[in-house]
Amino acid sequence: MSEVVLETKDLSMVFPDGTQALKNVTLTIKKGELVSIIGPSGAGKSTFMRSLNMLNKPTDGQIVFEGENVLKARGKQLRQIRRRIGMVFQHFNLIKRSPTYQNVLHGRLGYMPSLKGGLGRFSEEDTRQALEILRRVGLEDQAFKRADELSGGQQQRVGIARAIAQTPSLLLADEPIASLDPSSSENVMTYLKNVCQEDGLTSIVNLHQVDFAKKFAHRIIGIKAGEVVFDGSPKELTEGITNHLYYSK
Amino acid sequence: MRPYIDKKNKMTQQIYLGLFIIFFIFSLLQVGILDERIFQAFSRVENLLKGMVPPAISEPIDVAGAAVESLQVAVMGTLWGVVFSIVLAMFAAKNVSPHISISYAVKAFAAFVRAVPALIWALLFIVAIGLGPTPGILALAVNSIGMLMKVYAEAIEEIDTGIIDALKATGASQFQVVMQGIIPSIMSIFISWSIFRFDINIRYAAVLGVVGAGGIGWELVRASRVMAYDEVLGITLVIFGMILLAELVTRFLKDRADMATLKAME
Repeated sequence: MSEVVLETKDLSMVFPDGTQALKNVTLTIKKGELVSIIGPSGAGKSTFMRSLNMLNKPTDGQIVFEGENVLKARGKQLRQIRRRIGMVFQHFNLIKRSPTYQNVLHGRLGYMPSLKGGLGRFSEEDTRQALEILRRVGLEDQAFKRADELSGGQQQRVGIARAIAQTPSLLLADEPIASLDPSSSENVMTYLKNVCQEDGLTSIVNLHQVDFAKKFAHRIIGIKAGEVVFDGSPKELTEGITNHLYYSK
Repeated sequence: MRPYIDKKNKMTQQIYLGLFIIFFIFSLLQVGILDERIFQAFSRVENLLKGMVPPAISEPIDVAGAAVESLQVAVMGTLWGVVFSIVLAMFAAKNVSPHISISYAVKAFAAFVRAVPALIWALLFIVAIGLGPTPGILALAVNSIGMLMKVYAEAIEEIDTGIIDALKATGASQFQVVMQGIIPSIMSIFISWSIFRFDINIRYAAVLGVVGAGGIGWELVRASRVMAYDEVLGITLVIFGMILLAELVTRFLKDRADMATLKAME
């Protein structure tokens, strides 16, 4: 539990319009940790998470993932970093017209030669793995349906399956339940926690529901206006701190 | 404020209407649609019609061959147009283009290509290559690119950026993002526009022969030059049948494509 997976140093991001989205975020994430980042909308949670795999580019600071400098990575090196970071999105971001199992197989693209992956010539082993992962998230019956025929909660479980197919060492989930109803939310968070624990994954989950965060995580990080204002265990997160995080100016 | 705007709009409308009427009267006087020649033409039209009926085709094999050639020109022109359009659209769509300036450059090229009619392209290619179906195919392909690239690029620009992010996040290369993410997402739009363009190209292919770019149009010109009006009508009927047939086929394909889309909506 002591090996460091991810380290950010003085990570800052200023958008072209001058908005400061992140201010000197310095964090260390250890192997096996389940971390929740909480904070109000617009606090910079998503920006922080999307910086980790360079979906947006921070303006200053450093990110070290498994000893590699992420911000310096380009082309092939960047793709090799990205394939070890699984990501789950708020709006699932599945290819709606492709069947479910193929959406899971997309998690393997980073491991395949460009041409082979582009033409969708996935190996038999990968396909078997994909179906196995679908079974783990309880969707083996939906494997050959089109992704958009599934309910929201099911689509998000496909999203998780795609991330798991990458055999990642870090799993990022950006507001995974923000567009789901309460019972699907419960269900998706349970699956997410289960796969993380079964595979011993390190995981960072952005949430704005504090109660879900407390249930899911070993460690909670509170972000407000781009700055880390709380970093501790769920027990240490008192009502006073939550109020400060969400309500005070 | 409101009545003032209404009044202003009404005045603009009246100005436009006035200008239009003036232009119409001017055109009428200048072009002289009510020429006395029209009234004198009746006897000639009578002769023409008499010459046309009954329609005849003196060399059925040649005409059939030319009709098939027209179809081939349409198919090949559409095929090449589709292939080049899809590749160029990847550079034209702002959200996947390597650089914004490349997107503008490709779009400007498409606008230019679109602005020049297919017949002019055919004439240019005939000068460059010579008579025959090849310049016809090239003309249709180039003309198709102008339109298809625009609609494909717009379809790509409308797809959810989230799916591009999601595939990038798996470590997929740009080619993989395009093949596994973008193409499946625009497939139904892609198919229906391509079929629509094929429909247009069939009509063009029938006419292109008139300028010497292969196909049945050439037969039509040949017959009218020797004043074999019965053959002109015969060939026109063949063209009519050909386009009708093509329309039935494209409608069938389109219904199939729409069915697939409908199924997706359920």
